[in-house]
Amino acid sequence: MNQAYAWGAVAAIVSTSTAGDVLVSRAMKQVGNVSELRRRSGLATVIATVTRNPNFLLGVSAMAAAFYAMLFGLSWADVSLVVPASTSLTFVTNAVAAKIFLHERVDQRRWLAALAVAGGVALLAL
Amino acid sequence: MTFRQYLVLAGVAIFAVTGDCLVSIGMKHAGSVSLHDLPGMLLVVFRPEVALGVLFLMAFFACYMAALSWADLTYVMPTTSVSFILLTLVAKFVLHENVSLARWMGVVLISIGVGVVTQGPALTHPSEAREPEERESECVGAGATARMQS
Repeated sequence: MNQAYAWGAVAAIVSTSTAGDVLVSRAMKQVGNVSELRRRSGLATVIATVTRNPNFLLGVSAMAAAFYAMLFGLSWADVSLVVPASTSLTFVTNAVAAKIFLHERVDQRRWLAALAVAGGVALLAL
Repeated sequence: MTFRQYLVLAGVAIFAVTGDCLVSIGMKHAGSVSLHDLPGMLLVVFRPEVALGVLFLMAFFACYMAALSWADLTYVMPTTSVSFILLTLVAKFVLHENVSLARWMGVVLISIGVGVVTQGPALTHPSEAREPEERESECVGAGATARMQS
């Protein structure tokens, strides 16, 4: 039962964290290159443009949800399971979500990178 | 990719590690904080290490967002995982912790991932934001059409 709770927490962390990353990424693509925007219109415009973007606000809310899911997960299960499992799985789910929702070209190189980093992060927790 | 953009990516990794370390040090000095002690939880943010850590984490998030404005998520995520390598090096050489062979293998795997992804392009999907010139040309086009119709 405890294992079921632990993996449920991991699933909640991974899904909210991936949603947050994808939404913030979409928001920043809509805003465009911030260095150029700052040069053209100033820092205040950059901050106003970013913070008014609905995807950014949704993304930050999803990241906050991921943080609370992590807190709950840590109260149910061992840190040695929840942190590495959720962190490494997020690299893989981000690659899938980026391909589907952001239409990024996730080629063999990017899959290899995502899987290598996911494996590496899991090993770091051993 | 320009040198400045590489600096932003390095900023993501360095600010994340520094922020996490400072918050961790601050929370250890603060002792145990109960979820029921709301004033205690809020006041802990004013500890110098925690406050500085939060500033570094804000800098991390600013760099992360800047990087996502000109690079793909599947490029930024693996590239900035250099922070895990930095954290292991800090653990070994600054905090003198024992780093197992499995963790060094993890560092090698992450290095391979970073090396592989940085060989490719940073952006594969064009930005959805339109340049001002495009908007202007669109307006000029619309104006010309309106004049022709009238």
